[in-house]
Amino acid sequence: MSNTTPSPVGDIVALEGVTKRFPGIVANDSIDLSIRPGEVHVLLGENGAGKSTLIGMLSGLQQPDEGRILVDGKPTPITSPRQALALGIGTVFQHMMLVPTLTVAENLLLGGPWWQRPRTEELEARVAEISKSLGIVVKLNARVSELSLGEQQQVEIVRAMVRNSRLLILDESTSMLTPQGIEELGALMRRLVEQGLAIVFITHKLKEAAAFGDRISVLKLGRKVGEIPPERFRALGEQEIISEIVELMFGKQKDDPEAAERSVASVHTEAAPLLQVVDLEVAPTDNAPGLSSISFDIRPGEILGIAGIDGNGQKQLAEALAGQRTATSGSVRLEGTAIEKLSVGERSRRGLRYLTDDRLGEGTVGTFPVSINFFLKQVGAAPFWRNGVEQRAEIDRRAGELVREYDVRTPSLKTPVARLSGGNIQKVLLARELADGAKVVIFNKPTYGLDLANTLASRQRIRDAAQRGLAVLLISTDLEELLSMCNRIAVMANGSLVGTVDNADDARTRVGRLMIGLAA
Amino acid sequence: MSIDTAPTAGATALDATSSVGTRRDVLRRLLMTLGPILVALVIAGCILLAVGVDPLAYYGYVLEKGLFSPLGIQQTLTRMAPLLFLAAGLIVAFRAGMWNLGGDGQFLLGAVTAAASAPMFVEVMPAWLALFCAFVVATLVAMVWSLVPALLRAYQGVNEIITTLMMTFLGTSLANVLVKLLFRDPGTTVPQTRTLPVEDRLPRLFDTTITSGLLFGLAAIIIVHLVMTRTAFGLRLRVVGANPRAAVHAGLGVPGLTIAVFAISAGLAGLAGAVDIIGVQGNVRADWNPAYGLAVIPAVFLARMNGFAAIGFVFLLSVLSIGGESAARRLGVPNHFTLVLVSIVLIVLALAEYVDHRYNQSRKA
Repeated sequence: MSNTTPSPVGDIVALEGVTKRFPGIVANDSIDLSIRPGEVHVLLGENGAGKSTLIGMLSGLQQPDEGRILVDGKPTPITSPRQALALGIGTVFQHMMLVPTLTVAENLLLGGPWWQRPRTEELEARVAEISKSLGIVVKLNARVSELSLGEQQQVEIVRAMVRNSRLLILDESTSMLTPQGIEELGALMRRLVEQGLAIVFITHKLKEAAAFGDRISVLKLGRKVGEIPPERFRALGEQEIISEIVELMFGKQKDDPEAAERSVASVHTEAAPLLQVVDLEVAPTDNAPGLSSISFDIRPGEILGIAGIDGNGQKQLAEALAGQRTATSGSVRLEGTAIEKLSVGERSRRGLRYLTDDRLGEGTVGTFPVSINFFLKQVGAAPFWRNGVEQRAEIDRRAGELVREYDVRTPSLKTPVARLSGGNIQKVLLARELADGAKVVIFNKPTYGLDLANTLASRQRIRDAAQRGLAVLLISTDLEELLSMCNRIAVMANGSLVGTVDNADDARTRVGRLMIGLAA
Repeated sequence: MSIDTAPTAGATALDATSSVGTRRDVLRRLLMTLGPILVALVIAGCILLAVGVDPLAYYGYVLEKGLFSPLGIQQTLTRMAPLLFLAAGLIVAFRAGMWNLGGDGQFLLGAVTAAASAPMFVEVMPAWLALFCAFVVATLVAMVWSLVPALLRAYQGVNEIITTLMMTFLGTSLANVLVKLLFRDPGTTVPQTRTLPVEDRLPRLFDTTITSGLLFGLAAIIIVHLVMTRTAFGLRLRVVGANPRAAVHAGLGVPGLTIAVFAISAGLAGLAGAVDIIGVQGNVRADWNPAYGLAVIPAVFLARMNGFAAIGFVFLLSVLSIGGESAARRLGVPNHFTLVLVSIVLIVLALAEYVDHRYNQSRKA
């Protein structure tokens, strides 16, 4: 990639090999980034690509585990938001950080030394100067709750300017704005960089990236997969930029070792489907899209992939199938028996297993030992419990077997599962869902945040499961993964399946076209 | 991460080292608990000095009355009976992540029902059966009282801290109204329930004044501890407490478990009231509210919801409250100084926890 040797000259802030891990996942994997004055640097990536973590480290909320951050060419740990501000790094977060009951002036004065009287006159002069140069109007005496979201954002930007920021980070700033508000923000960013500021603009919308950026870095699953520098950026037209980004985000990567092991087993097409879903509907909620008329079936030994940009209802589909989310209508049949009215536990007992993508949030109880987490979905079942009493010896014996069989690297069976690495937590989940009577398994982003070895191991487990005659639903945002494993790939957008593609030679293009809203 | 490199075969072999680790853990835990208590005693001593009372004399009286005098220790052990039941109820709720702070209301309603029903049952059936029935009625009433917060939490997600606290105000008032209007003993001028004759109360242990309720209390808390740690039901509750989303994911019936937790917790609180009345007091006077429910909460926290540790802390609390009452009388310190002492212990403990956490963090970094 173009900036593996970033020239420190001119960088306000540079990241060198920055890695950040959270329990269970690698959020940022040795990321290099150079941020220069006079440039809008667009960070592009899907949800979970690691954008927010990167911002967290730049704004002092989090510390990198490896690598370093250079400010003006000098390695500088940014230990707190206060220090980030002092270094001239101002952040406008995705969610508004203004106090709605206070006036704009009061909000701008927050954070001053508590022993001094607020310097109102000084502020007024400063704001007048800034807003004049940017061509915006800031109503200092208006209550924040009376302002539109666009105006609130301008206030946040002005606040960063009042504090003499040299680098302004805008985190998903367009997500709550009207189209006109987005245009205005774009123009404002242009004026800001003309004054010599550096801007980091985070978005997952391709059009905005192409319209407002000078330099684009694409993040994917915690890794930086590519960068378009300003020279190239200016040379390309908008459509060319977008197609290049699509290629970076979904395309085949040259250094992708797992791409080689592409082998898809054939399926007996005459076999009766194990899982049949007809017209499944789920009502949308405040923070999740609904599902509409989802229909598909999966035969034994078949892997059906669900592709799509994250957040288009994949999780809702998995939860509705597992019984964790109520479906408003539609039917789900397991081996011909309707199960849509059954509870989560009953579906699981009948062989429908859901391997969640939220390994620590709902997949495991982090403080409980590894051994108990193997049996979380079987609490009370013989032989591990008899008459409701825990059989420690039996649990430890079976847990020991599973640890060996699934190669879980743990100091002991008593270790709290949250202390394990993401890959090993995933092995615990795989062991739990695949063992004893599984018939249909839903995998939701099974390799998300895992390192290469664990990714390959998890994929092999899934292939083996299908080989054993299980029906597999594989939800993933990684097109490469789907292409290397699935028999068929369905594409999900806005809560419905927009098309299903047989995994043949042209599958990549056809799925890619479906994903960006074109007919296959 | 680094664990990835460990050989799998070592999984069981390493168990021995982890048990050494746990022994050091226990020692550290002990230090982290007893250290702050000592510091708290010193701080409380300074407060006593500031108000002109000799702290050594105060602590001396507390120990003498609460622990070393024969009569005092008997009172202390008797006081433990209701406190143990309350602690057992709190352990169930807290381990399941539900903050039942309505113990006092549930306690008083249990107490009043027991006080009202026991004398009536005694007249129609053998004493042991009468007491048993009174216990059952008290438990049921407390359970029913907990239904409102339980249902609100289970199906509407209403914060149970607020609902149980509000229900405790209603419960105390209702208990009062019941004593004054419905169960009032016509034979006395002070409003109180009919008094259960001493010979019909729970037997005392041997030749002492210690109530046999103590044994029931010990049994209750040990049973609760074993159920929570060794059974499938207890594990389900702990999953709900430790990670409610994992409970849903694992297919547990969270609303049903929530209602069960409230019923058990409130039932035990009601039993605590009943055991205090049937074992010790014999009747309930209007406006009687010992506020044991709130006093036990710190003890349960200090014990980290471990049943056996809770027995120890409840004992300590009993010593403090029996001894504190006596020392307060003799030295002219307000009776509530015991509460001041307990709260200082809690604050120091929280601070110690914070410092320990920061220390661990900085060592890791």
